[in-house]
Amino acid sequence: MTSYLLRRLGAALITLILGSVVVFLGVHALPGDAALALAGEERSPAVLAQIRQEYGLDKPLPVQYLRYVGQALQGDFGQSTRNGSSVAAVIAERLPVTFELAVLAVLLGIAIGIPAGIASALRRGSGLDYAANGFALVGLSVPHFWLGLLLILEFAVQLHVLPASGYASPLSDPVENLRRMLLPAIVLGTGLSAVLMRQMRSSMLESLSADYVRTARAKGLPQWRVVGVHALRNSLVTVVTVLGLQLGALISGAVITEQIFVIPGFGKLLVDAVFQRDYPVIQGVTLVTVTGYVVVNLFVDLTYSLLNPRIRLSGRST
Amino acid sequence: MSGPAPADAQVPAPLLEPPRRRHRLVRRFVRRRLAVLGLVLVGAFVTLALFSPLLGSATAQDFANVMVPPSWAHPLGTDDLGRSELARTATGARVSLLAGVLSTALALAMAIPIGLVAGYYRGWADAVVTRATDVMLAFPFLILAVGLAAILGASLRNVVLALGLSQLPGLVRVIRGEVLALREQDYVAAAVADGARDVSIMARFILPNAMSTLIVQATVAIPGAIIGEATLSFLGLGVQPPTPSWGTMLSAAQGFLDQAPWLAVFPGLAIALTTLGFNLLGDGLRDVLDPRSTR
Repeated sequence: MTSYLLRRLGAALITLILGSVVVFLGVHALPGDAALALAGEERSPAVLAQIRQEYGLDKPLPVQYLRYVGQALQGDFGQSTRNGSSVAAVIAERLPVTFELAVLAVLLGIAIGIPAGIASALRRGSGLDYAANGFALVGLSVPHFWLGLLLILEFAVQLHVLPASGYASPLSDPVENLRRMLLPAIVLGTGLSAVLMRQMRSSMLESLSADYVRTARAKGLPQWRVVGVHALRNSLVTVVTVLGLQLGALISGAVITEQIFVIPGFGKLLVDAVFQRDYPVIQGVTLVTVTGYVVVNLFVDLTYSLLNPRIRLSGRST
Repeated sequence: MSGPAPADAQVPAPLLEPPRRRHRLVRRFVRRRLAVLGLVLVGAFVTLALFSPLLGSATAQDFANVMVPPSWAHPLGTDDLGRSELARTATGARVSLLAGVLSTALALAMAIPIGLVAGYYRGWADAVVTRATDVMLAFPFLILAVGLAAILGASLRNVVLALGLSQLPGLVRVIRGEVLALREQDYVAAAVADGARDVSIMARFILPNAMSTLIVQATVAIPGAIIGEATLSFLGLGVQPPTPSWGTMLSAAQGFLDQAPWLAVFPGLAIALTTLGFNLLGDGLRDVLDPRSTR
């Protein structure tokens, strides 16, 4: 186990380092000149040269990279070229908003997807099974932003029961916060619930036909124990992994959902920064996203290997 | 459900499949009604895209008929500039299908040689490829696509490029895995013993056997790319106005939700039906071509 852990940790670290190089080079490849953006109105060659020197933009790329990573490790992602505010502070302010949205979406996805998956596996081939599968197919085919527009159209424009957009802090007004987060959470959670439903259904079907379930039935255990204890526990293992793998989709979905509902979260920060050519912000947001993504995937892998020893015993896991 | 695994799964399929096997595959496919529905949906949108010029101009403005609700004269209504929503949705099908199919084709064209070399030769080539795909997969799909689109600039060509590159790591991984498994087959060992060159082993034995996986992967990748194009265009990083794209149309519709709700309905419905079609088709093809993985 220790050697597996170390190997996996090392791989994640290398991925992270290379990923940060990609982010750094990618931002440098963006059209435009960071010094020009920083200079604002004042664009004389002397001023530009001074800015380049001040920000180390005249140094070779590897030196700039090491300097950037060194500062990032200390929590300093530089300043926004747009308004001079600290990128780290902006990220810290926006991240909890997206986090809340993601948590609500995951809760919603679980609340719908898992019971639906279990029910359709137990009643395989019934009308319920078809309905759940149909829902899942539609849920996977409808793009986030269209679902968002339809919900706004129905609940905000026509029924006037929920606000179309905007955000309220959960600390100052929890009720208003939930009212404004409900539609975005539905938008983000629908795709997830479809994926979870499909996964739960297929792993439940697999568990139900496994030998240990037949044994449990043969022992005369009641149906609820067979399903709830024996089959469900094993099915949940794969669902946990799928949930981890969906993190990328969740992040992508949050970017677009925040855009539609004008929620001042992490994703909106990225899109706005792209349009404003605010390189330090783009760099910081992408770096934090990649780090979070790699770390969560690492945890998913480790949890999975704890639950399923075959993975780590079979040597290389890719 | 789909009967016992065919015995011919273990022997190399010749480049041209004998008519009997093809017939059996077609029969198996036709029996799946949802897969046929998928094919019909995809076919309908391909037809719509091909014949979109017949439905009128997508860019002609008519300020006497601004935001007209759906009617006989304007079946899907008109937008804020009096442009026909039907013509725009049909032309949007061109953009969406083109972006979806071209970017997937681009990704496959790059992923097949890379996956073949990595899976067949293993060693350092595989190590490099695996590391590179790991790094690319460390970026969520949309983050990667947004980043690439921002670097390349907003246009249809660049969207295709950005989506193609974003799909690359996933496809490389699938192909590499498939090649790793296929090269252990006895018929590959037999070809090696026979003195066949590596390139010819890959082209004659490995690639044809990986074909069904590739077809299924492509059908699954295309709807993802179509949604990707719509998303980038919705964000303003994709196809630029006045060229109609389902994403830009929806983005514009958001400003007129209370005055012209139909503008937010049809382009989205088109995206949903197209992706649904590809998803159903992909599920069906997987069941037919790869009986081992029946869900």
